[in-house]
Amino acid sequence: MTTNETPANVPEPAAGKGAPLLEVRDLHVEFHTRDGVVNAINGVNYSVSAGETLAVLGESGSGKSVTAQAIMGILDMPPGKIPKGEIFFRGDDMLRMSDEERRKIRGSKLAMIFQDALSALNPVLSVGYQLGEMFRVHQGLSRKDAKAKSIELMDRVRIPAAKARVNDYPHQFSGGMRQRIMIAMALALEPDLIIADEPTTALDVTVQAQIMDLLAELQREYNMGLILITHDLGVVADVADKIAVMYAGRIVENAPVHELYKRPAHPYTRGLLDSIPRLDQKGQELYAIKGLPPNLQHIPAGCAFNPRCTMAQDVCRTDVPVLHQVTERDGAELPGRGSACHFWKETIHG
Amino acid sequence: MAEMKKKAGAVADSTPSVSDVVESDASTTTEVEAALDKRVARGEPILQVRNLVKHFPLTQGILFRRQVGAVKAVDGISFDLYQGETLGIVGESGCGKSTVAKLLMTLEKATAGEVFYKGQDITKLSGRALHAVRRNIQMVFQDPYTSLNPRMTVGDIIGEPYEIHPEVAPKGSRRKKVQDLLDVVGLNPEYINRYPHQFSGGQRQRIGIARGLALNPEIIICDEPVSALDVSVQAQVINLMEKLQDEFNLSYLFIAHDLSIVRHISDRVGVMYLGKMAEIGSDQEIYEHPTHPYTQALLSAVPVPDPEAREGRERIILTGDVPSPANPPSGCRFRTRCWKAEEKCSKEEPLLAIPQRFATTDSLAAHESACHFAEEKDVVGAA
Repeated sequence: MTTNETPANVPEPAAGKGAPLLEVRDLHVEFHTRDGVVNAINGVNYSVSAGETLAVLGESGSGKSVTAQAIMGILDMPPGKIPKGEIFFRGDDMLRMSDEERRKIRGSKLAMIFQDALSALNPVLSVGYQLGEMFRVHQGLSRKDAKAKSIELMDRVRIPAAKARVNDYPHQFSGGMRQRIMIAMALALEPDLIIADEPTTALDVTVQAQIMDLLAELQREYNMGLILITHDLGVVADVADKIAVMYAGRIVENAPVHELYKRPAHPYTRGLLDSIPRLDQKGQELYAIKGLPPNLQHIPAGCAFNPRCTMAQDVCRTDVPVLHQVTERDGAELPGRGSACHFWKETIHG
Repeated sequence: MAEMKKKAGAVADSTPSVSDVVESDASTTTEVEAALDKRVARGEPILQVRNLVKHFPLTQGILFRRQVGAVKAVDGISFDLYQGETLGIVGESGCGKSTVAKLLMTLEKATAGEVFYKGQDITKLSGRALHAVRRNIQMVFQDPYTSLNPRMTVGDIIGEPYEIHPEVAPKGSRRKKVQDLLDVVGLNPEYINRYPHQFSGGQRQRIGIARGLALNPEIIICDEPVSALDVSVQAQVINLMEKLQDEFNLSYLFIAHDLSIVRHISDRVGVMYLGKMAEIGSDQEIYEHPTHPYTQALLSAVPVPDPEAREGRERIILTGDVPSPANPPSGCRFRTRCWKAEEKCSKEEPLLAIPQRFATTDSLAAHESACHFAEEKDVVGAA
């Protein structure tokens, strides 16, 4: 099949196989407040491909939600500001786009599930109206068609008797059902990527299991990328493919899910894993990470974790550690693993 | 953002001192022995709850209010709390855990039933006698951001119980006592004149604990004391509570929805569902030998932070939501979500008792469980 035609080197669509759906590069976010500048995010890098689940793990104030807001473009600016960084969605930098272009992506390509469904839904509009809004605004459907689609969606997220409940208001649903409606809303336009910000934190464990299963199933069905933001090490273990651990606005460790739990390469991750009580064991005393998460206005010099770290040396107080590629003892690279610790070797290999 | 601002003032504070790291290397055999010892050496219960009921009336009409029903928040619960032990109460939201806490604090008046504190029924007490009993039963609340008055200094907050019970500390000695308490909970005694907003969540919870300790109570009721805290801070507070229990021989009623934390801190655990106790027993009995289907489902749903342990676990996913406590199902309340439910379950209410088939065995499954078809099942994979 050799022809003399000029090679049609049409670049593959940016989101071809292997290319990440979303890539965040060296993102910085700061907030200008009356009390000074708060550095919420200080250089975050991560990527998600289609069908992949990335869990972003961190405590409150670690910057995990702010990163998500920056990706969605729903950050309040001012006081927020993105002084540096790039967010590529299918190869296009969203931070360079016009508001108009971003709005087209938001909702139809990128969707978000919020933590507290009761406050994320409008209490004075029926859920059917709020779901239908997605179709009316983005696809220009009529009210009637939009409603039919809403019922279909509610069915898909397994809300019983969807037809009868489409005109109900958010307060008439239980917490788990409301979260299903949030998921339905995110799914409405079959986005490529869903960001779920603590989707089950407000729910009971039995309902939490239902919701996480539903999310995982829908993700497989639509081959979506999923960014799961959470502080719960347990939830992450169940669904994620890879994990990024955040601390004080930086990613301190990333790893495939199994490896992170088996062999953490950052003292913070190790401390977190040791400090949670286990259901299947009764230990003596819990390991506790000493001290408090840092104030983002005055992040400690060097490694932000150094005042709480048991391994901290002088170098930790002066030099900010970069994200090192983690290797085996013999130097073999561990794919997808990085640790922002000067002493990652000691941490992982003991 | 709000959180960041809140933390602003607190970071300069010293790191709490109660974070000594102790290697946990207890072998399992000594654990079992300890559990058995506890069973034998229990003695008299300090608090006995018998058939405690709390119904909140539902009314209709503006001029002529009439009762149209009741939310059966707590519907006949019995348990004992022994000196120096921790009884964990777990259950989903709306199962009545917090109402139990309020009833024991006599913040709510029980509809029926008794709560005996050292043989005295506190639900019938009033005036001076109630006042005296309350000194011995104190509470630590869930949300350290709303349970401390923002206009009071830490010294005033912790010292306030002395205004109500002046016999515990004469006026002149109070400041010293408050400083001692701050030291006990791992805060710098010099912080006595600071305000709650100058502290982080974990430090505030320490203040709440200090207030609970002020009157040297025998019982502390903890309603979700760590659920509002960050993971890395939770362990600090849990360790503090365990240390204080040993030091002051306290009895804890520890209410929480996090089953892993409850297992860690509790000697015995009660599982509640829709205002009833479904199962109660020692931590080992409940976690490793649960016999009630609800307990099994609850335990199997807990995400375990270990992907490999998870793969061996059976997961039971319950369908549907908890029914409304205003109109609970007949018979067994769990039957609407239970995979074992049969005709009998809708007709006959199962009583909380040791299931007959286990009664004569010395298996750990021989503990009280309110199910017609109680059956042992290891869902945690710990045995």
